[in-house]
Amino acid sequence: MQGPLIDSLARQGVTRRTFMKYCATLASMMALPPAAGRAMAEAMAAAPAATKRPSVIWLPFQECTGCTESITRSHSPTLEGLIFDAISLDYQETLMAAAGHQAEEALHAAMKENDGKYLLIVDGSIPLGLDGAYSCIAGKSNLETLKEVAKGAFAIVAMGSCAAFGGIPKANPNPTGAVSVSDIIKDKPIINIPGCPPIPVVMTGVLAHFLTFGSLPEMDNKGRPKAFYGETIHDRCYRRPFYDQGKFAKTFDDEGARNGWCLFELGCKGPVTYNACATVKWNGGTSWPVESGHGCLGCSEPDFWDAGGFYKALSMPADPLKFVSTAAVVGAVAGVAVSFANRGKKGAAKSAHETTTLADLEK
Amino acid sequence: MNDMQFLTWVRGTGLDIAVSIFVLGVLWRLFEIYSLGRKADISAARSVSGASGWHTIFRRSVPPEGMLKRSPVSYIGGYIFHIGLAIVVFLFAPHILLIKNLTGLSWPGLPSQFIDLAAVVTMAAMVVVLVDRINKPVKRYLSTFGDWFAWTLTFLPVLTGWMAVQHLVLPYTTMLALHILTVELLLIFLPFTKLFHAFTVFGSRWYIGKINGHKGVAV
Repeated sequence: MQGPLIDSLARQGVTRRTFMKYCATLASMMALPPAAGRAMAEAMAAAPAATKRPSVIWLPFQECTGCTESITRSHSPTLEGLIFDAISLDYQETLMAAAGHQAEEALHAAMKENDGKYLLIVDGSIPLGLDGAYSCIAGKSNLETLKEVAKGAFAIVAMGSCAAFGGIPKANPNPTGAVSVSDIIKDKPIINIPGCPPIPVVMTGVLAHFLTFGSLPEMDNKGRPKAFYGETIHDRCYRRPFYDQGKFAKTFDDEGARNGWCLFELGCKGPVTYNACATVKWNGGTSWPVESGHGCLGCSEPDFWDAGGFYKALSMPADPLKFVSTAAVVGAVAGVAVSFANRGKKGAAKSAHETTTLADLEK
Repeated sequence: MNDMQFLTWVRGTGLDIAVSIFVLGVLWRLFEIYSLGRKADISAARSVSGASGWHTIFRRSVPPEGMLKRSPVSYIGGYIFHIGLAIVVFLFAPHILLIKNLTGLSWPGLPSQFIDLAAVVTMAAMVVVLVDRINKPVKRYLSTFGDWFAWTLTFLPVLTGWMAVQHLVLPYTTMLALHILTVELLLIFLPFTKLFHAFTVFGSRWYIGKINGHKGVAV
């Protein structure tokens, strides 16, 4: 197998074998058949024939750049980072050298040249409040930009929980009227890669799938790639046996915590969170939140910020005794009132009672 | 409303409503029932050994002679599902956590695999007693809407809880929310259906035992 990517990887000290292994791993991670690994490698190796690299436009909206940080910084210079050699990232404000009108020109040139073919990546939510004035780029609201750029896109990747579900900007009381990409764009295939931030390999996995097959991978009912969001954190967690045995850490520094017991009681949202952290891990497989001793926040689920408190166990209700004293008083009063009514009825029956005499019986 | 919002609602507002109606209903019914009273029995009390309120409370938990043979499904099935419910409700770690959060009381739980088994056995026993109720003409004749309704209210939380743990049919989040929702329905209707026996069973046994004891009848 030859191609510009193989050459460029070789220059960076990555052998063809390593690249093949990486593709095979990626394919198996996405639950694709074994042959897909080779197909992926071939597609990616062949793709960067300078002009043929698929154009990718990355639009940042109401976001913190954490998603970009996740992709670029934490993995550079590993293979995940090198995958970008296989695409033509034509517009990415954080990464591109151009600024101002030059950047805008690059965006419009890419849109024009690759009309109907480019992949649009969005990170950040879209504010609808005050006609979108909360977030503007080049004098246009995010809403306008999204509609304009989405029109010519082949597909859209909603990168991170903000773009996928509204995320933190949408948290109660949602001052900017933030919404997700799928709330606005209805006529394009959208794939959600939620997470705050999402796992880099999930992003590159989806990109590799797109490069290889020219389509988006299979998705769940929330538009997430099933390969990575098919199972809960809880089901794949290495601390799961402790949950089954009923061994829980009660505080962050007790014996249970030191023994690595289950963090359910400390508010872990693993049971209701679909993501690949437990298997793929972070920072090149170094660790992940639960391994570092903190429960899962559920960041890849919609409205995770308002899901009843990070440190409240899932089985714990938010505030169940809110109206209990009122209810108790009302119940007691109702009970007493009914008993008085019953007594009254009894009394009335008693006074209305007519005694039967012998004479009555002989009638 | 997505599944997470659904779960948040049932853990929050939904539970507030259910717990409030439950407490309101329980107090109302207890006041109402225990204030009804009875006419004083002015006859001289007879003293027979084994005839008293306390005797009846215990005796009625044991089948009378010959009854176990005549009606094995009611007794054995009834025992299994009551004990099974107690195990599932009070010895599953997340349930204990909930009780601890509400009352401050806690105790050790059982391994979740054991709870799983208990839930399956409980459901099987409940299905058997239901089929028995449908099959036996007398039982069917005596059954009212309240009986079928109470069975459903009790069965659904066990079924949804088990399905949530087993990841059956629906995603865990939705199933957990449905589980909590069915428990809320149970809480809301418990005071106003025959399920209220959870509160009155021993009181009414004592009452009956006391009245019969006064007459010198050991039942």
